[in-house]
Amino acid sequence: MTVFFQLAYLVGAVLFILGLRGLSDPKTARGGNLRAALGMGIAIIASLLYPLENSHGNFVWIIVALVIGSAIGWISSSKVKMTGMPQLVSIFNGLGGGSAMLLAFVEFLKFNDSGSYSAGLTSLTILFTLLVGSISFSGSILAYLKLDGKIKDKHVTLPKHTIVNLLLLVVTIGTVGYAMFNPSMMSLVIATVISLIYGFSFVAPIGGADMPVVISLLNSVTGISAATAGFLYNNQIMILGGILVGASGTILTVLMCRAMNRSLMNVLIGGFSATGVAAAGTSTDQGSVQPTQPIDVAILLNYSEKVIMVPGYGMAVAQAQKQAKELDEILTKKGVDVYYGIHPVAGRMPGHMNVLLAEVDISYDKLLDLDDCNSELGDTDIVLVVGANDVVNPAALDDPSSSIYGMPVMEVWRAKKVIVFKRSMKPGYAGIQNPLFFKENTNMLFGDAGKTLKDIINEIKTLD
Amino acid sequence: MQSLTQFLGDNMLSIYLLIFAVFLGFELISKVPSVLHTPLMSGANAISGIVLVGSIIFLRKTDPSETFSLVVGMIAMIMAMINIVGGFAVTNRMLAMFKKKPKQ
Repeated sequence: MTVFFQLAYLVGAVLFILGLRGLSDPKTARGGNLRAALGMGIAIIASLLYPLENSHGNFVWIIVALVIGSAIGWISSSKVKMTGMPQLVSIFNGLGGGSAMLLAFVEFLKFNDSGSYSAGLTSLTILFTLLVGSISFSGSILAYLKLDGKIKDKHVTLPKHTIVNLLLLVVTIGTVGYAMFNPSMMSLVIATVISLIYGFSFVAPIGGADMPVVISLLNSVTGISAATAGFLYNNQIMILGGILVGASGTILTVLMCRAMNRSLMNVLIGGFSATGVAAAGTSTDQGSVQPTQPIDVAILLNYSEKVIMVPGYGMAVAQAQKQAKELDEILTKKGVDVYYGIHPVAGRMPGHMNVLLAEVDISYDKLLDLDDCNSELGDTDIVLVVGANDVVNPAALDDPSSSIYGMPVMEVWRAKKVIVFKRSMKPGYAGIQNPLFFKENTNMLFGDAGKTLKDIINEIKTLD
Repeated sequence: MQSLTQFLGDNMLSIYLLIFAVFLGFELISKVPSVLHTPLMSGANAISGIVLVGSIIFLRKTDPSETFSLVVGMIAMIMAMINIVGGFAVTNRMLAMFKKKPKQ
């Protein structure tokens, strides 16, 4: 009988592997996700029915918990706006880590009661799960608060934060070690609280633009906590599922860093916050910007042949993708070629812009990736930068003192004309000034991108 | 030392599983287009909710008189379940937008 359930776990584990493989290719991604979900369903049912020695049932508690959790998860995922997606993923991840933390907490109390494991490797496993789960929990919550704009970087960053973090890590490991050799409710609570503080402090100095990298890293941390919890129950699917996430999450984190041409260390010790001030200081005297009006942009667009739009987080905030699509349609009718240049880290998450543009049915063929876009820019008449900033910053190429120096960017200034849609002259998420705005062929169109795009559309209509 | 060798001996197969899973995880994700980074992260995140299995086993083994353990275990379970259902659902929503819709 037990063998049957273990086979079910095996099927679930294989489905996880197939799911992850599916998720790494655009053609099979959706099926991959469903496969992984099916694997999870099988694992849950097998765990509910698995014959356990000295089981007390408690199925009412279990079913109520499953129903509440499913309802909250389902409602929050179906209500979230596309701009809120990164925050939600972060919260979900934190809940997974928090779950491992709570589980480790009560397991430790139980083992403590029985007395037999108090100094053994099992208690080490439990405390490791507690430590890792807590870090993931509090770190993800802070990442959520930062992404949601509820907390600004400067509010939570201390001077010499890297050193503070190192010291805090030593203290954290110390208190967890103390709890291992002096098991009591008190030492356990202290270890949990200190671990939570460490998770918070670990994320604190990391700049908001690097949040996706951190969430990916915390995601792999949650996976590891699930895997070590799996050792407690000698449960293979927990070990496999957790480690798969831990390993693939680590690789994904590295890939994301590479897309920004930065190292993980550079992200973690807060490269942006350290050099941002200096970079902003050197670029104050750059002359003045040239503002423009929707009517002028409309005329320019009307007589152009090739237009590339470069969207960024600002477009997501303004929900301007509908207007972008409308402008695209009008221009296409007039025989203008319209493309979209998608930078790999535009928006707050990789793929963020693709999701937004897909939402309004913009065809795949019109989307250019970084390299294609840069090779097209030379003979482009007009580039419309809609809410992007750091990904079109020339300082990344020619200013070694800039904190984003070395990051590949869209070289939009090579087009004949650049129109930047922007709310104000405030710097972008990296907190640095953008010399693009001061270039001769750049015009600034201030205001809400959705509204200014709409104005341009209306002006073009009157030109007929 | 003795407890260590005993632990290793008892868990040898699980340790094999752990090491192989590390390599498998690395191999699975070595080449992913950046468009898929977010859905992949979100999907993998849902899988890490597998810790739910642990909370199910924990609750099933807990004596009904231990209210504290029951309540904490139940909260752990709700959290993991939100992670799972929300994670898979939100990934599905993201990926649904990439699907080519029929042209009118």
